[in-house]
Amino acid sequence: MEHELLIEVSHLSRHFSTNQMSDQSAYITAVDDISFNLKRGEILGFLGPNGAGKSTTMQMLTGNLAPSHGSIKIGGVDLMDRPIEAKAMMGYLPDTPPLYKELCVDEYLSYCARLNQIPKAGLQQAIDTTKERCGLMDHGQRIINNLSKGYQQRVGIAQAIIHSPDIVILDEPTVGLDPIQMIAIRKLIKELGKTHSVMLSSHILPEIQAICDNVQIINQGQLVFSASIDQLNQHMQTYSIRMSCQYSVDIQLIAALEEVKSVEQLKSNDSQGDSIRIHCFQNNPSHKDSLQFKSQQQSAVSELAQQLVSMAEQQAWGLYEIYAEKRSLEDIFMSLTCIDSGAGKQDLKQGDLLD
Amino acid sequence: MISLIRLIALRELKSLFLSPLAWAILTVTQIILCYQFLSQLESYLQLQSKLSVLENSPGITDLVISPLLAGAAIILLLIVPLLTMRLISEEQKNQTLALLFSAPVSMSQIIIGKYLGVLGFLMILLLMVALMPLSLLLGTAVDLGQLLSALLGLFLILASFTAAGLYMSTLTRQPAIAAVSSFGLLFFLWIINWAGVNSGTAGRGESVLSWFSLLNHFEPLLKGVFSSADIIYYLLFISLFLVLSIRRLERLRLPH
Repeated sequence: MEHELLIEVSHLSRHFSTNQMSDQSAYITAVDDISFNLKRGEILGFLGPNGAGKSTTMQMLTGNLAPSHGSIKIGGVDLMDRPIEAKAMMGYLPDTPPLYKELCVDEYLSYCARLNQIPKAGLQQAIDTTKERCGLMDHGQRIINNLSKGYQQRVGIAQAIIHSPDIVILDEPTVGLDPIQMIAIRKLIKELGKTHSVMLSSHILPEIQAICDNVQIINQGQLVFSASIDQLNQHMQTYSIRMSCQYSVDIQLIAALEEVKSVEQLKSNDSQGDSIRIHCFQNNPSHKDSLQFKSQQQSAVSELAQQLVSMAEQQAWGLYEIYAEKRSLEDIFMSLTCIDSGAGKQDLKQGDLLD
Repeated sequence: MISLIRLIALRELKSLFLSPLAWAILTVTQIILCYQFLSQLESYLQLQSKLSVLENSPGITDLVISPLLAGAAIILLLIVPLLTMRLISEEQKNQTLALLFSAPVSMSQIIIGKYLGVLGFLMILLLMVALMPLSLLLGTAVDLGQLLSALLGLFLILASFTAAGLYMSTLTRQPAIAAVSSFGLLFFLWIINWAGVNSGTAGRGESVLSWFSLLNHFEPLLKGVFSSADIIYYLLFISLFLVLSIRRLERLRLPH
């Protein structure tokens, strides 16, 4: 039960023809040979830039698009062979919430609940619980069209979870929400993840880091990275330290330290003081796979940081900021999608900053 | 199975009444048909003394009720495309179809549900139209058999309009295009028997064309002639377009 597979996707592909008139014309491959599994009680984050194929994959999983190749099993039931059974186990929020805007929230949710075959007896309770979970308690009688975009998004989420499905699939659930609502929705998703399996897509990395157990990065229709969130964090480690001081810094002194590979002076806005980046070891992609090596390096980085702090104190540089730098999602995309040119890109970036 | 169809049908009906369109349609049809009814009644009353001399003269059912229901069919030929245009195309446009596609509902349930929803609305309209001939019962005798057969004919022709309009709505994302093309299709099927009518040499080809005419099968029912061939024509027409709609909806998901 604990490790029961709820979604099994194998070799899933989807093509779109560029020209609908002629069948033989060039195809655009939106999703290209993707395979993955989702276990019960797992929250899977689906990361990718715009147009990477996130939504297309989700549409195929929920039966809104038929795949060109490959198979999808939902809770052991093949989606193509027995779609009704498979769909009963799923709740889906598309990128545009499917709302009938002329209805009020209560009417709409009751329609959704009955579409998903909730018996009449439990109907009112299901609506009330869902409204409470999504913070819609005071909005039952409001016409959906008159609600703000954030509240419409909440109604969309409510619609997806009203029949407490085993699998909840959310396509960019926090788009258009204010920060407080975002936190509430993230909390809700985490809570859902305890009893159901959740799959959500996003292009916001911190969001995925805050909620998910596992991450998949998709780019140009291909799965380029699939691992747990810890492994993603490893990927983000850069082994460089950024330090800012009020007074000028003696770079030679820092460069003389054992672990330091190179020191780079960054342009600072105010004439006084220095901002520098210190690289330790080599940022070499070939070492990427060795986890042990990474953790060694990481502890070395924190040791180095301590040395730097005490040195700054001795030399009275007026240290006010020091942190281990992390790579941004864009950098990870770059390193995952074009590993060969990764080193060259890093150099280019440094050059830009030194100008 | 049945409950899901009913659920979809009721929501469709409810959404219709939540928009001003349904009320406008009910009002306009009722006003125009009332005017037609009253003017026909007026001319009947003027002719009445002359008719009473004739042997086997046409009664009020032939002179008032049949023209009224024939007129209703023509008005509704214009109006039904407006009701059916939104059925699928608007859902496609607003991307609400995803709700139905990801719910445990089959394509045929969606189509039949939506079809019955509009048909329910048309039943209300039909009932209001039927009140006019029924009001004649207060003053005179009406051939109830003929009235029933004419109402059945009107119902079947409306059901056919709806099925064709629903299919047109699955073809496009633009409700206006769905409305225009279903109006075009229905009007063409209405006048298809014109070919060869005036030439006086009605051959086999012309009779086939006129067999396809929606009007040709309606007229006998208006006269009170209940022929199973006419009923079967309408039932075939309706099933054809419903099956086409279901297939089209399934195709929406397939790779192009």
